[in-house]
Amino acid sequence: MPNIILNGQIVDDNWQLVSLDGELPAGGKVLLPYPLWLSGEVDISAFEAIGVWLPNDTVLDEQAKALDALPVIAVDFPVFSDGRGYTLARQLRERFNFKAELRAIGDVLQDQLFFMHRCGFNSFAVRADRSIEEALAAMKPFSVSYQAALDQPQPLFAQRWA
Amino acid sequence: MYKYDDFDQKLVDERVIQFRDQTQRYLDGKLADTEYLPLRLQNGIYIQKHAPMLRVAIPYGMLNSIQMRKLAHIARTYDKNYAHFTTRQNVQFNWPELKDTPDILAELATVQMHAIQTSGNCIRNTTTDQFAGIAGDEVTDPRPWCEIVRQWSTFHPEFAFLPRKFKIAISGTTEDRAAIRFHDVGLQLVKNEQGEIGFDVYVGGGLGRTPLIGELVKQNLAPQHLLTYLEAILRVYNQFGRRDNKYKARIKILVKALGVEAFAERVAAEWQYLVDSPSTLTDKVINKAASFFLDPAYEANPSEGDFAQQRADNKAFSRFVTNNTTAHKQAGYVAVTLSLKKTGVPPGDVTDAQMDLIADLADQYSFGELRISHHQNVILADVKKSELYALWQALEANGLATPNIGKLTDMICCPGGDFCGLANAKSIPVAAAIQERFDDLDYLYDLGEIELNFSGCMNACGHHHIGNIGLLGVDRKGEEFYQLSLGGRAGRDEANVGKILGPSLKQELIPDAIEKVIKVYVENRLDGELFVDTYHRIGQEKFKERVYA
Ligand code: SF4
Repeated sequence: MPNIILNGQIVDDNWQLVSLDGELPAGGKVLLPYPLWLSGEVDISAFEAIGVWLPNDTVLDEQAKALDALPVIAVDFPVFSDGRGYTLARQLRERFNFKAELRAIGDVLQDQLFFMHRCGFNSFAVRADRSIEEALAAMKPFSVSYQAALDQPQPLFAQRWA
Repeated sequence: MYKYDDFDQKLVDERVIQFRDQTQRYLDGKLADTEYLPLRLQNGIYIQKHAPMLRVAIPYGMLNSIQMRKLAHIARTYDKNYAHFTTRQNVQFNWPELKDTPDILAELATVQMHAIQTSGNCIRNTTTDQFAGIAGDEVTDPRPWCEIVRQWSTFHPEFAFLPRKFKIAISGTTEDRAAIRFHDVGLQLVKNEQGEIGFDVYVGGGLGRTPLIGELVKQNLAPQHLLTYLEAILRVYNQFGRRDNKYKARIKILVKALGVEAFAERVAAEWQYLVDSPSTLTDKVINKAASFFLDPAYEANPSEGDFAQQRADNKAFSRFVTNNTTAHKQAGYVAVTLSLKKTGVPPGDVTDAQMDLIADLADQYSFGELRISHHQNVILADVKKSELYALWQALEANGLATPNIGKLTDMICCPGGDFCGLANAKSIPVAAAIQERFDDLDYLYDLGEIELNFSGCMNACGHHHIGNIGLLGVDRKGEEFYQLSLGGRAGRDEANVGKILGPSLKQELIPDAIEKVIKVYVENRLDGELFVDTYHRIGQEKFKERVYA
């Protein structure tokens, strides 16, 4: 079974990712593409659990409020150098107040985990050809951050200059 | 200037450890080229023509003597005994070995320096006026704001992988010396009728392939909202900036495509969720930032000593005073610009020995502080007039006193084809040929202020679009040619992109062409009129006729 990093632990993972034009599995836990989920065309009763993944060009509007009820939202990084997913993560956490599992999927590499975590991801599907143990060990290269973010609600200046 | 505390120090120390590990993994084959590339870029390392190039950050151009000595040491130990100051107030080393770069960064960290975000698709070094804090015409000192932006932008987790690079400039004076309207974001400090400070926020300026002048997106933004507002701008850019074509990926293209009103609306829509969040600045925080930039211990009304006499007795010294010193808000003091534009030396280059000397002179004459200007010169900002003669002698003996600041031969010039892998043409030998052509100082002074800016390719690192005279290296069927444009200038209200004069010219013809342009100016100028003003008054035609006759 594939594994992921969840809340700082390596754990087994049995969510099945449904691609944009992919077949639906017969049952189990599925991550549906956000547009498909919005369309309401999927019979969700067929599955053990439903989550959603967001393509990184998603624009979150009123409809996104319903995401709140899901146990997991994933955000896709088609290439690690495309940073749109960071903004989506912050918007989900800060604007839509999403509290459950927020997972980075796609080109997820150890050198970006720190930034992802700061933006609110607590779950990381590290690219399969890379060592997830090494990625976990390297998650926090910095013990200091200047900005307020999800891991640190106050900016550094509020701590040292206030 | 700003001084690190334990937090800042820890961050740069941890960065060294992180980068050492990343470089090791790359050298061990565990990181692919494409994966290492943005990591090294965000640490200022490019792979250039001959070797990697390392660009070190000089936040808003401020440097102390200890740091300058460290740069000299690095030039000596890891490079070929020289360094190059850039048009973004940073410094570059052209010959380090990749395997040495973690050690160089470790050395830099010992003097509160780094190479973080000096390259790559992220927020770059914030730039400002080289005379910040000493100019008489200042609304307020921009440097505390630069430092606040520096901290906010350093490893900002949301904006590490933007569509393209992002440059911010801040100006504290009404005469804009930071070219704010040619930056992705330009911040103009303003004062309202109640005497309160605010920012006029310009977005979407830039040079490169598509030169555009930044547009006013927000007027008189209250200062406590600076970071949340910037965050909203960056967020809109991160989400909607084009990523399919690197030549269309800068924020200027987005602003242009949407139109400035629609862009401003999107920013406002985003800002409503961010305004008053914990990143809002308080007076206490703003005052703390300002406390790092208080005036040094100036002497009140110091005697000018023999200054007047020395000036009367020595023509060379007098020329230096006229050209290389700038009025200071403090009586008895001036700011001194050391010219890195000596004929025959690549513009912006300094040797290790010169850097050591400059550091010593800063200690002796200017409170141990230095500044780098976007014109690629070095400034000693607080020199007593009584000590100017001694300082000049030391500079003169070491090739740093060329009295050409602001003149035609004080050109801005990128490294070009001699060093840069992207160049279409060489810039350094052509710059030298122009300097040689205009070596008569009296003639040069008679011409007055003329900005000549030179880029080796469309990337416009030499800011050729905003030169009164702009030169651009182009490739014509494998041959190096140069395109001449006239009439560009920075400045908040008169910002203008130069207009191409005609077909590009061969290298040998450039000094002649510039001379012809200058002759047209001399023949047509009104009393006291600057080159750029004459050009805009009489138009392009006369210049064109002469050059292409
Ligand atoms: S303008 Fe072009 S040639 Fe000059 S430094 Fe920039 S990329 Fe290189």
